[in-house]
Amino acid sequence: MESSFFLVDHLSISFGGIKALQNISFTMNKGEIFSVIGPNGAGKTTLFNCISGLYKPDQGNIQFKGNSIENKKPDTIARMGIARTFQNIELFSHMNTMENIMLGRHIHMKTGVFKGMFLWGKSSFAGKEEIVHRERVEEIIDFLELQNVRDKFVGALPYGTQKLIELGRALALEPDLLLLDEPCAGMNSEEKQDMIFWIKDIQDELGISILLIEHDMKMVMDISSRVLAINFGKQVTLGSPEEVQQNKEVLKAYIGEEN
Amino acid sequence: MIDLIQMIVNGVAVGSSYALMGLAMVIIYKTSEVPNFAQGEMALISSFFAMMLLTSFNMSLYLAFFLTFVFAVLLGFFLEFAILRRAKEPNILGMIVITIGIEMIILGFVSWKFGADQKTMPFPIGPYDSFIIGDIFVSKLEVLTLVAALLLMTTLYLFFRYSKLGLAMKATQQNSVAAQIVGVRTNRIMMMTWGISSLVGAVAGLLISPTIMQPFMMWDPMLKGFAAAVMGGMTSLPGVIVAAYMLGIIENLFGGYISIEFKTVVAFVIIVLVLCVKPSGLFARHYIKKV
Repeated sequence: MESSFFLVDHLSISFGGIKALQNISFTMNKGEIFSVIGPNGAGKTTLFNCISGLYKPDQGNIQFKGNSIENKKPDTIARMGIARTFQNIELFSHMNTMENIMLGRHIHMKTGVFKGMFLWGKSSFAGKEEIVHRERVEEIIDFLELQNVRDKFVGALPYGTQKLIELGRALALEPDLLLLDEPCAGMNSEEKQDMIFWIKDIQDELGISILLIEHDMKMVMDISSRVLAINFGKQVTLGSPEEVQQNKEVLKAYIGEEN
Repeated sequence: MIDLIQMIVNGVAVGSSYALMGLAMVIIYKTSEVPNFAQGEMALISSFFAMMLLTSFNMSLYLAFFLTFVFAVLLGFFLEFAILRRAKEPNILGMIVITIGIEMIILGFVSWKFGADQKTMPFPIGPYDSFIIGDIFVSKLEVLTLVAALLLMTTLYLFFRYSKLGLAMKATQQNSVAAQIVGVRTNRIMMMTWGISSLVGAVAGLLISPTIMQPFMMWDPMLKGFAAAVMGGMTSLPGVIVAAYMLGIIENLFGGYISIEFKTVVAFVIIVLVLCVKPSGLFARHYIKKV
């Protein structure tokens, strides 16, 4: 069998008596925007935490570009090319925007302790490297229109801006797969529009595949090529947005029975 | 007037060793929020290691000191890797107890291996060599301690401020989950922190050992360094340095003008006062995680 770009195979995890995920399976193609929907507590974020290595699944397997990520640590998984954002923003709140995004470059920087200590100035190895990475960071700042907050501490910035900075930090890793956990939560419709625009841009221009958790059904149906619906940790259905939208159980569990 | 200046000079000198020990503690605390009570004993065993190389192996001073620094770094790596990392579901209290355990083990080991009698380390500068400027005595060893402390502080400051590893350490401290997610090897960062901290402590130990060497030699500097760290807010490198020098000077002035008997107690009275008035320390930028 040809190995797929990203594959989750019969993934299960439980916390004590709670079966947070049971037998979740899906595959993602390269360049796809794949959405995961489900009511609160359905296990969406748990799924993300398993993928990024913060939780160890009890059963099942996750493969990325043909390699299993079983028993790999979060930082190794990041190095493999999976970046993510969090539903509840996890930024370095006492650093400025620039530094936060710069940390996303961490895995691409080669300067170790010794080179960093002994080479100074712009022409040194460390200096040259710093310039290259700063340029990449500036590109991301331009892309996400964060110029006016570049030197501000992120802890005091508005929620929407922090979400953007987190997205910027994830992009700085230059991932192949980007996990976005409710990127539009708490945003007004204008900000949402911008976010949708950026997500599409990330897919089209940067060629990054996106795994998305989102509650805004309109947005999900708009941008995703396929949708996975889960409820109480179980897979409800998987298919194109139209198919999922018409699925009776999805309507019952998620959108509400009146619809 | 001469007395006053003399006391301040001595205060600055003794403050340097407090500053080094305080720095060593702050470096670990910054990344893990664990006050490392084994800090003093880690410096102690490094000093005795140097002594062993000098007396039993007849090594030259430079070689012995160099090897001691290597030993200190490896010791830090080892303790983090072999003991602290193995703690299952660690909480801060548990970690503190582990460091106290390490402290007792090393103390016992040193007393058993090297004996509890007082020694001094063979060192080209004796404890009583001094410069006399006007009417003021400054011991050469104190000057060396001050210079070494200042050099080390500058290096550390530049390192934390400008290196990739420094930024990664800051990131680990502020949000270790996010640090892992962007690919920072937080375990390795912790190990590095312990190594660097152990090295800073060892420098303090080596600078104290020409004056006195016995198993309890690091207690006073360690506790005073800890006091300075608390005063400085536990996470601020400049804070602990300023606090350590303040502590050294206040202690000496108190000893000179008020009571020599209670001189060493002053530090702790100051801690109590600082914690009552400004609980987050004099120089801390106190962070509260939002959301």
